[in-house]
Amino acid sequence: MSTTAVTTPSRLRIPRWAAPAGITLLIAVAYLVFRGTGTLPHDKEAPQFLALTDLREWIDDHRNSNPVFLFFLNYIRIFVGSVYTAFLSVLTALGWPGLIGVMGALAWLAGGWRIALVAVAGVASFGVLGLWESSVETLALVAAAVLLSLAIGVPLGVWAGLSSRVRGAVTPVLDVMQIMPTFAYLAPLVLFFHIGAPAGTIATMIYSIPPAIRITALAIEQVSPTAVEASTSLGATRRQTLFKVYLPLARSTMALAVNQTIMMALSMVVIANLISAPGLGGDIIRGLSRAQVGIMLPAGIAIVVMAVTLDRMMMALAREGAPPSGGGAAGAQRPERRGKDGGSQRPSRPTQWGNKHSGVSLAGAAVLAVAGIVLSRVLPAEWPANWTVNFVAQVNDAVRWAELTWYDVTTFIKDTTTALLLNPLEGLLTSAPWWLVAVAALLLAWRVSGLRPALVALGCLLAIALLGIWEHAMQTLTTVAVAVLVTLVIGLLLGVAAARSPRFSAVQRPVLDAAQTMPAFVYLLPALALFETTRFTAIFASVIYAVPPVVRLVEDGIRAVPPTVVEAAASAGSTSGQLLWKVQLPMARRAILLAANQGIVMTLAMVVVGGLVGAGALGYDVVVGFSQRTDFGMGLVAGVATVLLGVMLDRVTQGADRRPASRTGASH
Amino acid sequence: MGDSPDSAAIDVNGLWKIFGPKAQKVLDSDDKHLEPTALREKTGCTAAVRDVSFAVRPGEVFVVMGLSGSGKSTLVRCLTRLIEPSAGEVRIDGEDIGRASPAQLREIRRHRVSMVFQHFGLLPHRRVIDNVAYGLEVQGAAKAARHERAGEILSLVGLDGYADAYPDQLSGGMQQRVGLARALAVDPKVMLFDEPFSALDPLIRRDMQAEVIRLHREVGKTMVFITHDLSEALKLGERIAIMRAGSIVQLGTPEELVGAPADDYVADFVRDVPRSHVLTLRWICRPPEAGEPLDGPALPATTVIKDAIGLMSSSSRPVRVMDGEELAGVVDRVDMLSFLSGEDTSQSTGQDTAQSTGQDTGQDTGGARDARASA
Repeated sequence: MSTTAVTTPSRLRIPRWAAPAGITLLIAVAYLVFRGTGTLPHDKEAPQFLALTDLREWIDDHRNSNPVFLFFLNYIRIFVGSVYTAFLSVLTALGWPGLIGVMGALAWLAGGWRIALVAVAGVASFGVLGLWESSVETLALVAAAVLLSLAIGVPLGVWAGLSSRVRGAVTPVLDVMQIMPTFAYLAPLVLFFHIGAPAGTIATMIYSIPPAIRITALAIEQVSPTAVEASTSLGATRRQTLFKVYLPLARSTMALAVNQTIMMALSMVVIANLISAPGLGGDIIRGLSRAQVGIMLPAGIAIVVMAVTLDRMMMALAREGAPPSGGGAAGAQRPERRGKDGGSQRPSRPTQWGNKHSGVSLAGAAVLAVAGIVLSRVLPAEWPANWTVNFVAQVNDAVRWAELTWYDVTTFIKDTTTALLLNPLEGLLTSAPWWLVAVAALLLAWRVSGLRPALVALGCLLAIALLGIWEHAMQTLTTVAVAVLVTLVIGLLLGVAAARSPRFSAVQRPVLDAAQTMPAFVYLLPALALFETTRFTAIFASVIYAVPPVVRLVEDGIRAVPPTVVEAAASAGSTSGQLLWKVQLPMARRAILLAANQGIVMTLAMVVVGGLVGAGALGYDVVVGFSQRTDFGMGLVAGVATVLLGVMLDRVTQGADRRPASRTGASH
Repeated sequence: MGDSPDSAAIDVNGLWKIFGPKAQKVLDSDDKHLEPTALREKTGCTAAVRDVSFAVRPGEVFVVMGLSGSGKSTLVRCLTRLIEPSAGEVRIDGEDIGRASPAQLREIRRHRVSMVFQHFGLLPHRRVIDNVAYGLEVQGAAKAARHERAGEILSLVGLDGYADAYPDQLSGGMQQRVGLARALAVDPKVMLFDEPFSALDPLIRRDMQAEVIRLHREVGKTMVFITHDLSEALKLGERIAIMRAGSIVQLGTPEELVGAPADDYVADFVRDVPRSHVLTLRWICRPPEAGEPLDGPALPATTVIKDAIGLMSSSSRPVRVMDGEELAGVVDRVDMLSFLSGEDTSQSTGQDTAQSTGQDTGQDTGGARDARASA
């Protein structure tokens, strides 16, 4: 913007595109002139990496003598570890019939016999899949992480909801926590908390606390201010108002917070296996690293089943707690879903409010629980081997068949994309001088988001260069860029289609709902089955991972265009194409830009995880860092670099969303 | 008024509320007297209540009326410090609210002053009876006792049989009855109403106004009633304060407001009010002329003109207007007809008897009235 002002005399009328075009040209020329100079090729033995590897060695040597560890960090580790162990021993002591019965009973209380059926079938399926023990470990890990996350997140969320000052302090921290790719903080956690279940639990908590805080704060904020004022005007103390007004009214939205926390925890638990957290993640990571879909599919199914079961239970609970008026319904992270599920049932709610459990459901739950516990004394302690289904070989065969049959198609897609997009872009980014890339990023961010985000983006790139991981970061950036491009194209097409055709939307919504319940790495499965271990696998996985939210944001954005405006445009004789291009898309601009931002952050997270399946670059460095002690430093740096990359991409694009808002805000 | 602070139920003196980052600084400077827009531009602050003073007599229905943004809702919240006033003094039953400790303030809110809200502020997760008993609950009353009391209040407001319903099962009018019952349940001395009926349909609003009048008659609480609806103000208020941009521009009985608006703003407000429905005979009576027969029917001076029309038309003699035992003046058919046709002609006669209480507000209403009279 201001470069325009500098380069053009004010009286001369120069087309608006001239300045950007000129700068682009200038950068292109600079690239041609300086190509090949100023590159920062990857060096596995970079001093930065070695120093960090040495640091870990030092810490591991002094873990039990340094006071910081001895009196602080180790206690946290022991405490978290004991919470996990407590859950694990309770769940194990229940035995498999007991656990099935108790989960069924809880589900019955939460949402009636249908949900109970889902829960019984879901928990039983862990055994059928032959994964009983690791499922129980995962469940215990999730339970520990969720309990601790809520113990920290809910009070903080309540506080943030009550005080705008606290909210202002907490929000930026949460922002960073949420754009941080999950891989990134595993390595530092290893430094502080070693490896194993406690470190895995803590890693999971870091991932699952933000929604707990955010949604709780939102729930509290949504409480009707008049109800609060009425309470105060009758002389209630702050405490009375909190417990008698705020918390009851926020309850149903807070159930969503719990749900979201569980979902986040479930998707993180798997990745936590990289730092030796127990559970289903082991099979999945093993399957991923050996490119054996057959090994990871059962574990993947088990995780998805666990997610669906817990989600159904929590959503039922949220509906149960919904105030009859639906006062706190809006917002949260999955409003559409609530609206759809909750809307049809709510009218019957008021009569049940208060005495929420009828005798039947209490009795049913009790019978289920008791039956399970009694059976666990009678039946063998282990899940019977002949009740399991083993389909590893069949799946591997099927995958091989798919690979062979579709070889031509998949290879064509892969090769075309690689040749036309990936390779040229990667060549460009890695052969350009690092300072030229940094300057280009600075100018782009400046143009899109303004000066301050641009400086942050520049800072991130400089830090990446200093950390000595420039080349890999550029390779990852390439993959992300291509994935984002594909995601946006598909997301826009589907979103527009859904917004224009209610029937299409009705078909698509349940698919999107299901997709958003699934833990992230599940998407690697089909990608791996189709494309083996290549860069393209990660792109494919991140596209299917990031498309659903993009579609949803675009659809909602277009639907949010006021019907009167659409009507006015239609009455002026617009064709439906004109309506779309001249009215709906421009007015949905904010939502679309937000979708782009969201898509970028999600894609980055997935591309890094894709390091497990051949995406190489930063993700691979991170994985290697965990498996080889000598490369720990590089892994840690790669993790930090993904964060920096994430912050940079977020800053470059977020202004696109925010700036128009501030502009219209100023004009009012 | 001649009320000493001790005899007033609520006594407000020089109350200010300034919103904004530098409220105290504005208050200490002369900026506080700036026009609202000028003040906002210069300091970024908004003066919602500006130097307001009034006194409410025990048992009185005192209406504060103004358009949205005039500061009336802020004013009523300052009375119990739901919004902290920036300056000035509020006394309830002689007790200085501004100096009350948080615990004392809670006691006042629990036992002496309760409030009814525009959007009801009911708790959707509680049954009607528990909503009504909420005030008693926070006081620490036992469940049986508070339910008994809440039950009594529910029948008082005509909600027998709805104790176990949830608020959202009730209509808007019934919900506000619950709000009313909740405020009544703690047996306060003073009740504050913040536009309680403006969210209701016109017909229901009329019912609820009648309800408030009936309750006032039955329980005799001191009431401060905020509204933006002039007809509501005239119907309920024994005295009305009209607010504009944070200040009281006129304070008086309905008759005084309609008969002698303090300025053009108030005059504009009351222009569409049928004067014969508000003004009393006192406003149109004149001293008897020499030789005029004084044996016509007698009516008290407080009779609303509209109600005197029937008698007047059946009597050929001038009606004697009595102020107690004394003759205040007479009114004949010509006076009546000219009043009804012109609606503006009898101003000057009414002027002398107007007992404007404008002095209370510190406003120069007298000057405004003189200007009008000469115009």
